[in-house]
Amino acid sequence: MRPAWVRRRPPPALGVAAALLVAAFLAYAIWGFRAAAVAGFAVRSCTPLALAAMCGILCERTGVINIGIEGQMLLGAFAGFFGAAAFGVVFGVLAAAIIGALGGAFLAVCAVSWRVDQIIAGAVINIVAMGFTTFFYRPGFVIGSLPTWQIPLLADLPLLGPIFFRAQPLAFLTFAVVIGLQVTLFRTTWGLRTTAVGEHPGAADTVGVNVARYRYGNVMLGGALAGLAGAMLSVEITGSFDRAMTAGRGFLALAIVIMGRWRPMLAWTAALLFGLLSGLVNQLNFDQVIDVPPQFVAMVPYGTTIVVLAVFSTRVRPPAAAGRPYP
Amino acid sequence: MSDSEEQPGADVVLEVRGLTKRFGPVVADSEVTLQLRRGEVLALLGENGAGKSTLVKMLVGLLRPDAGEIRIGGDVVRLRSPRDAIGRGIAVVHQHFQLVPVMTVAENVVLGAEPTRRGLFDHRKAAAEVRALSQRFGLAVEPDAVVQDLPIGMQQRVEIIKALYRGAEILILDEPTAVLTPVETDELLRIVAELAERGVGIIFITHKLREVMNGTDRVVVLRDGRVVGDVATADTDEAGLAALMVGRPVVLHVDKEPATPGATVLEIRGLEVDDDRGRLAVRGLDLDVRAGEILGIAGVQDNGQRELVEAICAMRPRRAGTVVLAGREVEGLDVRALHDLGVAHIPEDRDKHGLVGGYFVAENLVLNRFDQAPFSRWGRRDFAAIQRWARQLIADFDVRTPSVYARTDALSGGNKQKVVVARELSRESVLLVAAQPTRGVDVGSIEFIHQQLVAARDRGVAVLLVSAELEELFALSDRIAVIREGRVAAVLDAKSATRETVGLIMAGAAGH
Repeated sequence: MRPAWVRRRPPPALGVAAALLVAAFLAYAIWGFRAAAVAGFAVRSCTPLALAAMCGILCERTGVINIGIEGQMLLGAFAGFFGAAAFGVVFGVLAAAIIGALGGAFLAVCAVSWRVDQIIAGAVINIVAMGFTTFFYRPGFVIGSLPTWQIPLLADLPLLGPIFFRAQPLAFLTFAVVIGLQVTLFRTTWGLRTTAVGEHPGAADTVGVNVARYRYGNVMLGGALAGLAGAMLSVEITGSFDRAMTAGRGFLALAIVIMGRWRPMLAWTAALLFGLLSGLVNQLNFDQVIDVPPQFVAMVPYGTTIVVLAVFSTRVRPPAAAGRPYP
Repeated sequence: MSDSEEQPGADVVLEVRGLTKRFGPVVADSEVTLQLRRGEVLALLGENGAGKSTLVKMLVGLLRPDAGEIRIGGDVVRLRSPRDAIGRGIAVVHQHFQLVPVMTVAENVVLGAEPTRRGLFDHRKAAAEVRALSQRFGLAVEPDAVVQDLPIGMQQRVEIIKALYRGAEILILDEPTAVLTPVETDELLRIVAELAERGVGIIFITHKLREVMNGTDRVVVLRDGRVVGDVATADTDEAGLAALMVGRPVVLHVDKEPATPGATVLEIRGLEVDDDRGRLAVRGLDLDVRAGEILGIAGVQDNGQRELVEAICAMRPRRAGTVVLAGREVEGLDVRALHDLGVAHIPEDRDKHGLVGGYFVAENLVLNRFDQAPFSRWGRRDFAAIQRWARQLIADFDVRTPSVYARTDALSGGNKQKVVVARELSRESVLLVAAQPTRGVDVGSIEFIHQQLVAARDRGVAVLLVSAELEELFALSDRIAVIREGRVAAVLDAKSATRETVGLIMAGAAGH
């Protein structure tokens, strides 16, 4: 019996993605622009989730459970927006990554150096982020959302073009991060060592892999990604900041990590499914095929999370050392 | 091979001189001096607490010596970490394997020193390296197998290859046979001999005398942190080594009269029990234990022994079957009720199920009847009575504790075990279930516990003994039941059975 993530198996993400693609084209052929609208909505709404899920994957694969993703996103959204409002977009985005990484550093200090319960440390991040951003929030600032970039030629492809090749900068970054992580986790020594640290830190330690350094590094890198995911919400998509604007997306990301079995591409596919479901309900509601209050539409991702976790969480195996301090 | 003409004593690869380590007032190792030659298998023998592990930790850089020096190939070295040690060619195979279960053999071997190709991890090269090493040293492994799917003996081989990959010339095996089946043990001894022939110096840590006699060239015996013997294996014998180790002559063979079994006390039919993961571990097991006999259960680890014991002792629900104790079905009874029926239990994991670590020794000694007179009157505990009783048991069972009011978790493993044994045997019982009663216990205490088990038998108690040590089973049992895949594969008369037969049935090789 091989564990699901062993790399010599054909990646399951590929199969799911292929099925989705076929379904999408079929839908596009039948319903035309409506299907395209749903797909576009799905990708746009899932991208911040996917980036945040990469944070979860990085952290848990090195053995640190990060439930503070929500807080790190919120900090990122806050710092990104006000940084961008004051000093420009580039500064804002950098500020978001840095403040997210600082959140990660806090978690790493607690979890790695002080051996604090990781759930508690993560909860602290969430509470502090909520309090901090709410306290310093000042209404009245406005910035425009980021421009949409097009990749020449590819952007003109039917269906796929508008979805993957006509997007905002951070969305492109997310695609790159997901693919990059998939490659580095499974094909480089860094990935091998990260896996070893998350599965059996003792084994890694005795062959000279510095467990603490890997955990610090990956948790901070993960935090930066979560911060960017936050910036995507405020700077890139809406061009505004609201209190608690992450609305639980950090926790959705954790569900996506589980559904994606701690693999970047599969997690991205899982996020896409989330987005697709929301998009579908949205469109059906818009077309008045179904008629429910918008609050119920907004509930779709959270309801899905409950179902997904109930179905998946008992069948998949997290990294063995996740949540445990070492030594 | 061609190395056989080498002169012994010519090349010392590792030399330890006057190595001393103190922990506060406790001296763990005192002026330990020893030499390891190229291609030599050196047994490091000693009881628990004799200073073996401290010595090893200093040799692999986990602890710094307070005095003395370590020389490798003639140079004095200071080892600061396991990485330092491996850089100097010293590697240790721990009792608990340091392998990542979900990774492949090749990945585990190269972890930390991975071959790369154009910046990416080079799987093919890693597998090739493992294959080359496995051929050169006669250690058969499959590089692409996932470690968690391999049997323990194979995992140990992976550990050894891991050490060799890192260029280890001095290999320290820390109690390597503790987890192995008899067949695997023989295989390991063969591998060790092979490695030695290829010039690897090996320190073989053990407290099993048979392995010392069978597989090593020289023995260094440690007692209370001092080297009390350094002899060629050929010039000594088991009794001599045991005496050196304990500091007094030890009776290795338990003196016991032939059993006079009486009525059947425990009758198990068609027992089925699940393990922790909900898979069937005991699959239709039948067993009888009679009064006044010791029935030993032999078997490779994880063949249902633990689940069997826990089902008998009402610590685990059963799925099917009957368990009849002295003519009475015990279905639905809880631990306490069974206990009142006269079941005594020496659990496998004394720290988890046998003792409350934070309690005083005295409290643990009355844990099975603290609420009964004379230890409790009208719901109020009588500490004077408890103390008197505890003093008596401590004297009778030779528990080494500073006081009856010492915290139990401060005692050594052997003494903790004696607390459990004392408590369980100090009360009249009809059935004694003893699971690994001497695991992690020093030789002196093993001898004592063995005598106590035989004494219980002679009082007419039915004793069910589960042990991973074949020596122990043969020394104590009147009958031996071999358990395999949750069923009794054979029941043998201990007097006529041989180690080899039992080993083969355990491994599933003999047709029974």
